[in-house]
Amino acid sequence: MALWLDTLVVLIILTNLKLLGSSRLRACIQVVAFQGILLSLVPMLAGAGHLTPRIVALALLTMTVKGVIFPWLLLRVLRTANVHREMEPFVSYTTSILVGVGLLAASVWMGRQLPLPVPSQSPLVVPLALFNTMVGLFVLVSRRKALTQVLGYLVMENGIYAFGLAFALEEPLLVELGTLLDVFMAVFIMGIMIFHINRELDHIDTDRLSVLKD
Amino acid sequence: MHLILVAVVVLLCSGLFALLWGGKPSRANFLGVGGALLGCLIGIVPAAMILWTGQTEAIHWAWPVPYGSFFLYLDALSAFFLLPILGLSAVAALYGSRYLFSYRDRKNLGAAWFFFNLLVASMALVVLARNGVLFLLCWEAMSLASFFLVTFENEREGVRQAGWTYLVATHLGTAFLFILFILLSRGTGSMDFDGLTRASLPGTTAASLAFALAVIGFGTKAGFVPFHVWLPEAHPAAPSHVSAVMSGVMIKTGIYGLLRTLTFLGPPEPWWGWLLIGLGLVSGVMGVLFALAQHDLKRLLAYHSVENIGIIGLGLGLGVLGMALDQPVMAVLGLGGGLLHVLNHAMFKGLLFLGAGAVLHASHTREIDRLGGLIKRMPWTAAMFLAGSVAICGLPPLNGFVSEFLIYVAAFKGLWSSSTTLAAVAAIGGLGVIGGLAVACFTKAFGVVFQGEPRSAQAAQAREVDWGLRIPMILLASACLAIAFLAPQMIQLLRPVLEVMTGPSGEGLQNAISVVMYPLRSVVLLSALFLLVLALLAWGRRRLLAGRPVVEGVTWDCGYARPGARMQYSASSFAQPLTRMFNVILRIRRQGQEPHGFFPQRASLRTHGDDVFRDGFYAPIFQGIEWFMLRAHNLQQGRVQIYLLYVAVTVLVLLLWNLR
Repeated sequence: MALWLDTLVVLIILTNLKLLGSSRLRACIQVVAFQGILLSLVPMLAGAGHLTPRIVALALLTMTVKGVIFPWLLLRVLRTANVHREMEPFVSYTTSILVGVGLLAASVWMGRQLPLPVPSQSPLVVPLALFNTMVGLFVLVSRRKALTQVLGYLVMENGIYAFGLAFALEEPLLVELGTLLDVFMAVFIMGIMIFHINRELDHIDTDRLSVLKD
Repeated sequence: MHLILVAVVVLLCSGLFALLWGGKPSRANFLGVGGALLGCLIGIVPAAMILWTGQTEAIHWAWPVPYGSFFLYLDALSAFFLLPILGLSAVAALYGSRYLFSYRDRKNLGAAWFFFNLLVASMALVVLARNGVLFLLCWEAMSLASFFLVTFENEREGVRQAGWTYLVATHLGTAFLFILFILLSRGTGSMDFDGLTRASLPGTTAASLAFALAVIGFGTKAGFVPFHVWLPEAHPAAPSHVSAVMSGVMIKTGIYGLLRTLTFLGPPEPWWGWLLIGLGLVSGVMGVLFALAQHDLKRLLAYHSVENIGIIGLGLGLGVLGMALDQPVMAVLGLGGGLLHVLNHAMFKGLLFLGAGAVLHASHTREIDRLGGLIKRMPWTAAMFLAGSVAICGLPPLNGFVSEFLIYVAAFKGLWSSSTTLAAVAAIGGLGVIGGLAVACFTKAFGVVFQGEPRSAQAAQAREVDWGLRIPMILLASACLAIAFLAPQMIQLLRPVLEVMTGPSGEGLQNAISVVMYPLRSVVLLSALFLLVLALLAWGRRRLLAGRPVVEGVTWDCGYARPGARMQYSASSFAQPLTRMFNVILRIRRQGQEPHGFFPQRASLRTHGDDVFRDGFYAPIFQGIEWFMLRAHNLQQGRVQIYLLYVAVTVLVLLLWNLR
């Protein structure tokens, strides 16, 4: 089981690096969707063998929301908003990957240093959570499009989800559902917002919205 | 005590009604002035009774504000400050009713009276409040109300600048007061003043720190050099009756705060007294020197407020030093002189500002060099201004002399003890220099404004102001005379006030008071004699002139055929020998073109007596802050990504810092 879990974790890490290196918006959305599916499998494997209906239901729900609904929403925005399909990053793809590797190293180190209340199932889950959060932040900072901001936000949320998985597998269903609903609403609203900003201003480049400062 | 509350409520309500009826100037004026007069007169009654009987009264109501309680307490010290606050405000309101009325077409008089009455009510509450939160609340209300009064003529650029300077300065001062009250209440956790009195601060360092905070915080309001920079800006900008109230009594709330803080801190350290003497000396000398260099009548008076605060500081410093070194006579006389000067300064500075207001009202200019010859045109105003000038210079037979005399006696008492000789010498020398320069300055002010020939058409066309402006001045001048002639009784009246400061030490207090009783009685006698001689001389002159023709002629002009008003001494040329002597401090800037050749065509001279502290000390600091803030503005890029980067970097750094 631990082997499967580790494989899953490594795969998720690779999706993050792929996200940093992709130049296409469509590809990025797909990568994040794939990451969501992979992440939804983690609780099934981390539960030390016994699958309760609760965990299965949660995993399926997560998979549906993150793997199907979000990509569908975002791809729809991509289609209707008629945006330029390039990422147009502030930081080049190669540099982004290098930064990603650096962040990975940092998060592994931090995962070791962090005083944890209970030992986690796999030594890689905590670094994964940290790495996801940091990659999400990095995407938020370094990408130009409002759509990529949503993606960064989702990746960050995935990190927080993974962090929760590492310790509180038995955390109340309500909390889990609440978080999921939260993210869902956020993505939903952001999708609509992007659509409207685009319709008003003919672009969704956040850096060009900076005339509103002061 | 409840009468005081009634007075405050009357003041606030009348102000509010005046605001509501702001559309009708005469009704707003009537409501505002009527309320101010009624409120002040109601409030004076309990204050005078407390001072007379020496009792105290209190109101203590719960108040849901954290650390707050509605705690008012009227003791002799509060009552002593309450008297000039309410008295001068009433007179100023009377004056303002005529003075402001000329603005009725351009300005909202309702708002002006609302803020005036709010200012009076908040000043009264400041000296009554016995809870830190309540005190700071009233203190802020006082500062803001006076800010709005200062910016009454806000269409003028200079007035707006003055308003901002005042607002910044007063809030910086209040910041120190916040720290002071938090420090004082740390021991007991209560902001009630009687709790603070008992709170023994750990060690003398904390007490000294508290004292230093009080000196900066309250000193900013009082106007000690170098915290005075707002004063010469704000006082000239305000309407004259407001200048009178601000200069006469509002800055005294700073002195009150300092004295009240001293009662919390227990036995004072000697260096507190030294600090006050030093500040007083610097303020006194610098204030009068800067006043000498001014061309604006109200600005000159404002600098004299700095000077008089310096004299008060000298008196209080001697008093505190006397308390610290256990010399009761010096302590009592120093504090007594300082306190009496608070009252005296309220009277004569109020009078002078009202006189300057009358001059401004009649001639529409405050430039001393555009005035002249007003004694013929405005004899009443001139006489009243002269009375105020004599009083402020500390000359007998008016009240300024009495309080300075007490401080002199305190200093001479300190001369014979080795530990206080230096302080005594500094105080005596300082008072002498201040007094001499003040006489020079008011000779200049009175001489150039009222005597000689008019220097401009405005001055030539000036008419005497009507009785609405004259009566308040006459009232204040009579108060000045009355205090001077009731000096021995005034000292007795000060007894309960001094007991608040030094503790009930009946024997020593009475001893100290009896030391000055005899000299004061002789002062009164000699003053009376002087007035008698003056009256005889006036009578004799009248007798001699009776029935003889009186002809007016030009001043002898050394044979030159066409003397003009411009050949008179101007304000700056009269003061020039003195200002040149002190130019090391004053740094007067001279601009202009010197005449050259045998038949000089064109020449000009312009002198600027700018405030050294403002330009040399505060301006660089504030420019530095502005420069730094402009650099910091680069952080504000307006890009979501950059802001996120700040957040991310901060979080990351904190995380790494924690895991280190």
